[in-house]
Amino acid sequence: MTKEKPTVYPYIPNSVSAAKNQMLKEIGANGVEDFFEDIPEKLRLKRNMNLPRPLLSEYSLRRYMEGVLSRNKTCHEYLNFLGAGCWQHYVPAVCDEVNQRGEFLTAYAGEPYDDHGRFQALFEYASMMGELLDMDVVNVPTYDWLQAAATSIRMASRITGRREVLVSRTISADKLSKIRDYCKPKIGIKLLDYDPETGQLDLNSLKAEISSKTAAVYFENPCYLGVIEAHGDAISEIAHNHGAISIVGVDPISLGILAPPVEYGADIVCGDIQPLGMHMQFGGGHAGFIATRDEEKYVMEYPSRLFGIAPTSVEGEYGFGDVAYKRTSFALREEGKEFVGTATALWGITAGVYLALMGPQGMREIGEGIMQRSCYAMLQMSEIKGIKSPVFKSTHFKEFVVNFDGTGKTVAEISESLLRHKIFGGKDLTKEFPELRNSGLFCVTEVHTKNDIDGLVDALKEAVE
Amino acid sequence: MEDITKKRYTDEKPRLRRFHQARWDEPIIFELSNEGERGILIPEVEDGVNDKVGDVVSTIPESMLRKRPPKLPELSQSRVLRHYVRLSQETLGTDLNIDVGQGTCTMKYSPKINEQLARMPQIAEIHPLQDEETVQGILEILYKFEQILKEISGMDRFSLQPGGGSQAIYTNASIMRAYHEARGEADQRDEIITTVFSHPSNAACAKTAGFKIATLYPDEDGYPDLEALKAAVSERTAGLMITNPEDTGIFNPKIKEFTEVVHNAGGLNSYDQANANGILGITRAREAGFDLCHFNLHKTFSAPHGCGGPAVGAIGVTKELAKFLPAPAIEFDDGEYYLNYNRPESIGKVRSFYGVVPVVVKAYAWVMNLGAEGLKEVAEVAVLNNNYLLNKLLEIPGLGAPFAKGKRRIEQVRYSWKKLKEDTGVHSEEIGRRTADFGVHYWTSHHPWIVPQPCTLEPTESYSKADLDEYIEILRHVSSEAYTNPKLVKTAPHNSTIHKIDHAPLDDPSQWAMTWRTYRKKVCRTSAHDNVSARLQRLER
Repeated sequence: MTKEKPTVYPYIPNSVSAAKNQMLKEIGANGVEDFFEDIPEKLRLKRNMNLPRPLLSEYSLRRYMEGVLSRNKTCHEYLNFLGAGCWQHYVPAVCDEVNQRGEFLTAYAGEPYDDHGRFQALFEYASMMGELLDMDVVNVPTYDWLQAAATSIRMASRITGRREVLVSRTISADKLSKIRDYCKPKIGIKLLDYDPETGQLDLNSLKAEISSKTAAVYFENPCYLGVIEAHGDAISEIAHNHGAISIVGVDPISLGILAPPVEYGADIVCGDIQPLGMHMQFGGGHAGFIATRDEEKYVMEYPSRLFGIAPTSVEGEYGFGDVAYKRTSFALREEGKEFVGTATALWGITAGVYLALMGPQGMREIGEGIMQRSCYAMLQMSEIKGIKSPVFKSTHFKEFVVNFDGTGKTVAEISESLLRHKIFGGKDLTKEFPELRNSGLFCVTEVHTKNDIDGLVDALKEAVE
Repeated sequence: MEDITKKRYTDEKPRLRRFHQARWDEPIIFELSNEGERGILIPEVEDGVNDKVGDVVSTIPESMLRKRPPKLPELSQSRVLRHYVRLSQETLGTDLNIDVGQGTCTMKYSPKINEQLARMPQIAEIHPLQDEETVQGILEILYKFEQILKEISGMDRFSLQPGGGSQAIYTNASIMRAYHEARGEADQRDEIITTVFSHPSNAACAKTAGFKIATLYPDEDGYPDLEALKAAVSERTAGLMITNPEDTGIFNPKIKEFTEVVHNAGGLNSYDQANANGILGITRAREAGFDLCHFNLHKTFSAPHGCGGPAVGAIGVTKELAKFLPAPAIEFDDGEYYLNYNRPESIGKVRSFYGVVPVVVKAYAWVMNLGAEGLKEVAEVAVLNNNYLLNKLLEIPGLGAPFAKGKRRIEQVRYSWKKLKEDTGVHSEEIGRRTADFGVHYWTSHHPWIVPQPCTLEPTESYSKADLDEYIEILRHVSSEAYTNPKLVKTAPHNSTIHKIDHAPLDDPSQWAMTWRTYRKKVCRTSAHDNVSARLQRLER
């Protein structure tokens, strides 16, 4: 601050020397050093930090950043068939328009008197998710599906007072890793096998493992491998017969055509809203939801904020606020339920916009269109010599496993060949599911045209030759 | 013509703004539904696809088929947009207000250029599992940003995976657990120590990770109590998780002694640097003896708060603890950036893929714009602004700043309206509702309220002297109202979107409603049905 000609920073109004000096004078301070008097000398950094030279002008910053980012190849330039937890769907323009509004983008934790719109938008998000899921309580979104699944399991453990959970083996390695870490202090995880023919949960495995210690059974629909579980009701029934809770993870974009999990006995439903209006963002668009019935014993176990509707002192005026705030760690520190903090509210608002745009008709059409396209891709790929598509004899939604054993090529080799055609092939499953041998997980959504899929098939033919 | 400028707010001396928050009286979106309207059309499936696959819906197992369509609202596109733009106007983001009232949250300016960069297709439209050679640009940013955080903190490795400050604290607690497990001491070391003026997530997240919590209270002067820490540590201590400066804005001058006491007891030290705004380039985690730390990129590093996320809590650790970090690590070798999953002792996955990447991009752009001198300028001006505010606010009747009397504070202060409450009966929350009438945020404090009738203000570097003077004038005015016309304050807000909320139904299981369908079931069937009907009639008129 003693430089001859100090830089004036556009983001820092009081970087102007005159303002600084006037304020120092009014406070009666000799310099900013006075304010750090409590920081011991030995802890002071006595040199400039060694950071890159600043790009002070906005233009030079833009030039630099765009230059670095230009080294990324987008899924607009390439044809993408990767899913596996992050999915390429079309993002309606209005979704982006709303979530870049400065009011929403830069708000945070204001009271309903400053931020009525934020409360209402998140209440409406929960309300529309409630219709999609046919459930009465939906949280202000948490970080992602991984967290939503892990918290759902801990909620179930607290509700039942039990400390063991059965998890279908057909979940992603990442999610299982998250669940294991998050449940470690409290809950043991047991994996349930799947039927190698259908990819669906093996009911015998469930019957063998379930006991009076079981807090919950967790399975997904469609599962990580894209298979639609046909026996959801049987799974929930077995869980309920043993006093356990049925937790279902679900892809919300499937729910225009697939039954909401509550219809086959789910007590807690969770999942990711990234498909509902969030760009992939290299995995940055995720947000997790948790939904339950409106029963006090369930509601009081949510760690997340829950926004509810309330009257105000003026007739006919909607107000909103936190429901049962006293269960949260904001109110009770370590005595609250798990913890709450900044997560993904803006993505919740965006998913609300998405559902409002889609309506019941849009959700049905998109679900059906995804099924048709992915079915087409499965059939076309199955005609290629040496390729088994799909591996599982079940109905699929959006994703499916393709086996390349008969081609004599590894998934990695095939992906490399596809890449030369500017195609991102499916995720290599050889590490996560070694028993599926040389298989990849492919994803087809409403963004893929017949031409796109035919292009993939042609490139695959070339790759396996 | 009369000289209007003489009667304007900008007439040198700050006056009170004649503010009124947007008030659209907007219906719930379901009330706007009109059967058959469409907000967007879905791309049609081509004939060639249809012909090949036939009726796919009939292949869905009967029990898995949706029987009744979801009761989503049906609105044309412009009506959806208008509804949400109105709701946005009823939200007071940092772009709009002098956002010094949300202390501890570092509500600073989020540069628009960074938002534009993070929304480029080269970020928005890339899949996390793409071949590494097609994502070299974003891997470079993640790698270089880690190097920046290492220099700012003195720590050896970072993970950008946690999706917010609380998840970062949880992750650090989980790493501490893994460290003690690896040493065979996990069963014995089951206690985390924190202070009551550290963010509540330090206690809550450590508890969630399986620890018991010991909370230290400050000494009479408001400083963290070293003697209390010495009494608390034992062979059961897993570690210390604290904020510094604390929520009071007081920097713990004995921080090095604190970390030494914990190290000597065999524990680790974890530094909640969610808000590091006042000490960038001034002092670092490493020199103070911390083993772990975290930064909130949506606070100190300027990424917008998004109504409560998306966010990043970047965690940093010493090299001894690096092996426990979540995988993958971002590495650079032979001119290529790559993802390294080889971390067999990792605690596991914390958040999907690599974290909230667009937030990292915004934070990286912010640092690249400011550089080392700019970051130090941020800290110095944030602290100058805070002490200016403190100095002026103490002149306001009824307002005090407990603890550390006569001392300077770092980036924020927890004030107290205790005297005002005694004099007038007006509570801090009521003051907050009244300040909303002048277009600014105001926040009390985390719980429990150690400081009576608290409010926590943090001006950051983003506000000018005139901005600060305006905020000061608002509080001075509300204080004066409390003394002369307390009813006006107690019945506030008067110029907001809505009026005082009756919170009772929100805590009553028979009345609470977290979704519109629940409200319809619980409330509209009974007395409030008439209200809704009346409201709809009013809308029709």
